[in-house]
Amino acid sequence: MSLLEIENLTAFYGDFQALFGISLAIDKGETVAAIGANGAGKSTFLRAITGLVNFRADKFLYDGETLSGRQACDIVGLGIAMVPEGRRLFPSLSVEENLIIGGYNQRSGNWNLARVYQMFPKLEQRKDISGTALSGGEQQMVAIGRALMSNPDILLCDELSLGLAPIIIKDIYDALPSIQAEGVSLLVVEQDINQALAIADRVYCFQEGRISLSGKPEELSKDQIAAAYFGK
Amino acid sequence: MIEWANTIIQGILTGGLYAMFAAGLAIIFGVMRLVNITHGDLIVLAAFIAMVVIETTGVNPFVSLLAVIPIMFVFGYFLQRGILNFTLGDDLLPPLLVTFGLSIVIQNLLLEIFSADSQRLKAGSFEVMSIQLTEGLSIGVFPLVIFIVALVMIIGLQQLFNRTRLGRAFRATSDDATTAQLMGINHKHIFGLAMGLALILVAIAGVLMAVRTNFDPTVGPSRLLFAFEAVIMGGLGSLWGTLIGGIILGVAQNIGAKIDPGWQILFGHIAFLIVLVFRPNGLFPRTRDD
Ligand SMILES: Nc1ncnc2c1ncn2[C@@H]1O[C@H](COP(=O)(O)OP(=O)(O)OP(=O)(O)O)[C@@H](O)[C@H]1O
Ligand SMILES: [Mg+2]
Repeated sequence: MSLLEIENLTAFYGDFQALFGISLAIDKGETVAAIGANGAGKSTFLRAITGLVNFRADKFLYDGETLSGRQACDIVGLGIAMVPEGRRLFPSLSVEENLIIGGYNQRSGNWNLARVYQMFPKLEQRKDISGTALSGGEQQMVAIGRALMSNPDILLCDELSLGLAPIIIKDIYDALPSIQAEGVSLLVVEQDINQALAIADRVYCFQEGRISLSGKPEELSKDQIAAAYFGK
Repeated sequence: MIEWANTIIQGILTGGLYAMFAAGLAIIFGVMRLVNITHGDLIVLAAFIAMVVIETTGVNPFVSLLAVIPIMFVFGYFLQRGILNFTLGDDLLPPLLVTFGLSIVIQNLLLEIFSADSQRLKAGSFEVMSIQLTEGLSIGVFPLVIFIVALVMIIGLQQLFNRTRLGRAFRATSDDATTAQLMGINHKHIFGLAMGLALILVAIAGVLMAVRTNFDPTVGPSRLLFAFEAVIMGGLGSLWGTLIGGIILGVAQNIGAKIDPGWQILFGHIAFLIVLVFRPNGLFPRTRDD
């Protein structure tokens, strides 16, 4: 059974339709990547899952339960956490407080401050400064750690590589296997196609609010992906 | 010389009361970006609620706080969730208009129920006790108590905001209510709690004010003005700043009153303008690096 199963999801910003019937499923422990050009609707899709954007769907099952209509603040307690696009750390909170507030819902599980610091040792030295005083890469580490502190069953990551140098991106992506090892499902949104293909069990390609291609990375050809990514 | 020392000490102690007015206003603005025009009327409302509690139960004003504090907290929570939350958004104007309207409603209800008569809560001999510091220089015990309550209040708030789970939720929600929801924080509930907390401060300030000075249903707006001046002089977002702002206002008013009783309020406003000319962002502006 899928952990998350979505069928025919549509979402609007006012009159503007951003998503046209997205169907997607993720199994327990699976890593799924969503790729697509600017404005394809990837972030909107993640925001719909986390309750930040209103949507309609024929089916929206999480762990066998229908989730539609829940408030955003109730979603994380069910085990769905998000690393938002642009990281969105809280400027008034120190690095450590940003991490602590990730566990605000008090869901039980294996993640705690010590484990996050073990995963990202740099953060421990800088735990008392404001989160927004860090470099972009370190901020991304805080954002990931903050999401993990909620002990999620599924982690949604929106463009982890955004605005980061390649060497830093590698550091960040090197942390993902230890998250996968916990049995956490990952839904990773990326513009960097190679990065996405390298870590994903399956890939969905978004194009103008629709899914234009999906499958296992090894089964998709470069041309297929290029066509699905950029359109004809 | 000693007379001036006396004036300044009285001013500092008065500043404690203004800091209490200001702290609630600062929290409401800090957490919700809401300018609460009805703040002064809520202070007066708390004083009248205390008066009713005292008249019906015969307790002393300080004991009446046991009832006034929870009443004001609950009122604040539901005021926020039932009305004010719906006015919040990118535009600062709707909450301004709604709290302005609320101010008029509260004033008129109080006038209707309690008439325009001037009232005072009586705390007995405690009110007039004083401590002699030196020859010719003595301070009232009650003003000193007010000042100490203000200090404790600000230290307590500082601890609450900096060290507790609720305090972190207040700060995170104030930074970014959308992302706060991703943490499992219900921002509407947090806003309700922040207003409830602010009205706890209002309850304490209102009762202490009502023992110290006469009040009637129309004095709210001037309390609002003092609170504003203290908050803005202190620098928006700094609780210690509100205490300093309150003290500057209290001292300036007392100096004005000493020169000519009619100048009390005017001197407060002048001090406010002078601070703003030299420090447009107040004395302790919050530095945010985003
Ligand atoms: N708050 C909003 N109001 C109105 N339209 C929006 C809003 N946010 C996004 N859109 C529009 O919805 C569409 C999908 O945007 P979305 O942010 O989901 O794309 P994306 O795939 O995440 O793009 P990117 O790779 O640039 O992050 C775009 O056309 C965008 O302009
Ligand atoms: Mg996006």
